[in-house]
Amino acid sequence: MSVLIYAELDNGSIKKTSLETIAYGVKVAAATGDHAVVLAIGSAEKRELEKAGHYGASKVLHASEEKLKHENSLAYADTLVQAAQQEGSKVIILSKSGLGDAVAARAAAKMKAGIVSGVTALPEIGETFKVTRSIFTGKAFAVTEIKSDIKILVVRKNAIELDESSVATVQAVVEQFAPKLADEAFKATVVNVEKASSELSLTEAAVIVSGGRGMKGPEHWQPLIDFAKALGAATGCSKPVSDLDWRPHHEHIGQTGIKVAPNLYIACGISGAIQHLAGVNGSKCIVVINKDPEAPFFKAADYGIVGDVFEILPRLTEAAKTLK
Amino acid sequence: MKILVCISNVPDTTAKITFTDNETKLNKNGVQFIIGPYDDYALARGVELKEQFGGSLTVLHVGEADADPQIRKALAIGADDAIRINAESLDSYYTAVQIAEVAKQNSYDLILMGRESIDYNSGVVHGLVGEMLDIPSYSPVMKLDIEGSEVTITREIDGGKEILKAPLPLVLGCQEPIAEWKIPNMRGIMTARTKPLNVVEPVSMEALTAPEKYALPAPKGACKMIPASEAETLIRLLQTEAKVL
Repeated sequence: MSVLIYAELDNGSIKKTSLETIAYGVKVAAATGDHAVVLAIGSAEKRELEKAGHYGASKVLHASEEKLKHENSLAYADTLVQAAQQEGSKVIILSKSGLGDAVAARAAAKMKAGIVSGVTALPEIGETFKVTRSIFTGKAFAVTEIKSDIKILVVRKNAIELDESSVATVQAVVEQFAPKLADEAFKATVVNVEKASSELSLTEAAVIVSGGRGMKGPEHWQPLIDFAKALGAATGCSKPVSDLDWRPHHEHIGQTGIKVAPNLYIACGISGAIQHLAGVNGSKCIVVINKDPEAPFFKAADYGIVGDVFEILPRLTEAAKTLK
Repeated sequence: MKILVCISNVPDTTAKITFTDNETKLNKNGVQFIIGPYDDYALARGVELKEQFGGSLTVLHVGEADADPQIRKALAIGADDAIRINAESLDSYYTAVQIAEVAKQNSYDLILMGRESIDYNSGVVHGLVGEMLDIPSYSPVMKLDIEGSEVTITREIDGGKEILKAPLPLVLGCQEPIAEWKIPNMRGIMTARTKPLNVVEPVSMEALTAPEKYALPAPKGACKMIPASEAETLIRLLQTEAKVL
């Protein structure tokens, strides 16, 4: 038996969030006494996939057919189910993302598997199999028992502490995997993919610097961008900023935008409406810079500075530059 | 065009969440319930498509009678009729089975819902329903246009977007800016009173998961304030104290 982990690829490498999911799956496998197998779908170099071994996986199944190049939840779910059957997997683990949820859902329906999405910690495994997950957009948690024979977990970022120093240099064995794919899975045609490839993705970034209406206008964004660059951070924004078209929609963080869980979230000139907090409450450390000492965001922050962002940001940028 | 829009009935985004009965039930006391914000986008786009192509728009909810005001609101916004599966939704799988059962009997061209409900945030019901009906599902959809039998979808992918063309029928999980939320007008509210709201009993199935208990996050420690004149020390604290740089 095995624990099967679906690892998402980006530009031929395993995504950082998926490496964390692999480490999570390896711990689950250790608890159930199984081994951890990784499934990667799409094109990737063998040596990139072997890195799954660094996080404790013994084997990687690689489905690399040309027609699996585009994200296709139908075909990917087919592939995942066939991999699970081959490996006798009773626990299947994916990363929380649009793709992860879609593949998990379709695979769950194929296998009549209980599915829990938004898992925030390792499962409690005994006579029952219980998981903790985030609900009400981070305002609460639920402990849920999965009763089905096959269990599917969709795991949020930071569900485990990934200790890079304990990463081993062991390499996983990479095996080619050729699923039988039904034509029905390819009814849709991809017309165009637009990826802001030069920018760091918000969901993957370890540090995010985000701006709100306190930034006063799109022409004033440079100090924030400079600070982000000095930290190697991604940039985000609040909903009003994206609604006003000061920043592109894909930077909008919040209840109805992207939900992020970086190690460090730095909010500049964002008051901290509850809908914005809902998008950032998975962050490990929150810094708030705002000229209004009454801004509600300070209540959710770990560090705060009351002051003028335009005066403070350049100074922080200089201080950050001395870090490396 | 035959459209089904599935809506959730969820606490308002600003609601304070607490639990009762030994942390096993949501405390609904004083909580305002609304149509899920993402479902509201799906509904708005559904109404626009019905206006453009004709046909029918049915709204579906899996839940108990306390959702009826929200269902009536969806009717006021422009749905023709409504179905409520009279059951407490046990989990995503259970909800999807109920939706798929209704869909099998009615062969809709388009099944729309929000990308996720904002109570349990699973974002898997559209995928489950799609698979149960053996038709494609896509999410999160930001733009949806139909020409003849061909549908053009723009969906958000990690770090960008993808444009797809797909044939009907489809299941789609929607998000902004697919349409602007619609506010019911007086005529809509009046006609909604007499539109059919059919209450249907659920298909029985054993739930694959069981909620055990709920918990609130541990209270956040006090925010450490740094005087603006010493702002630079923040960087050092982040590195040595918080260890996040």
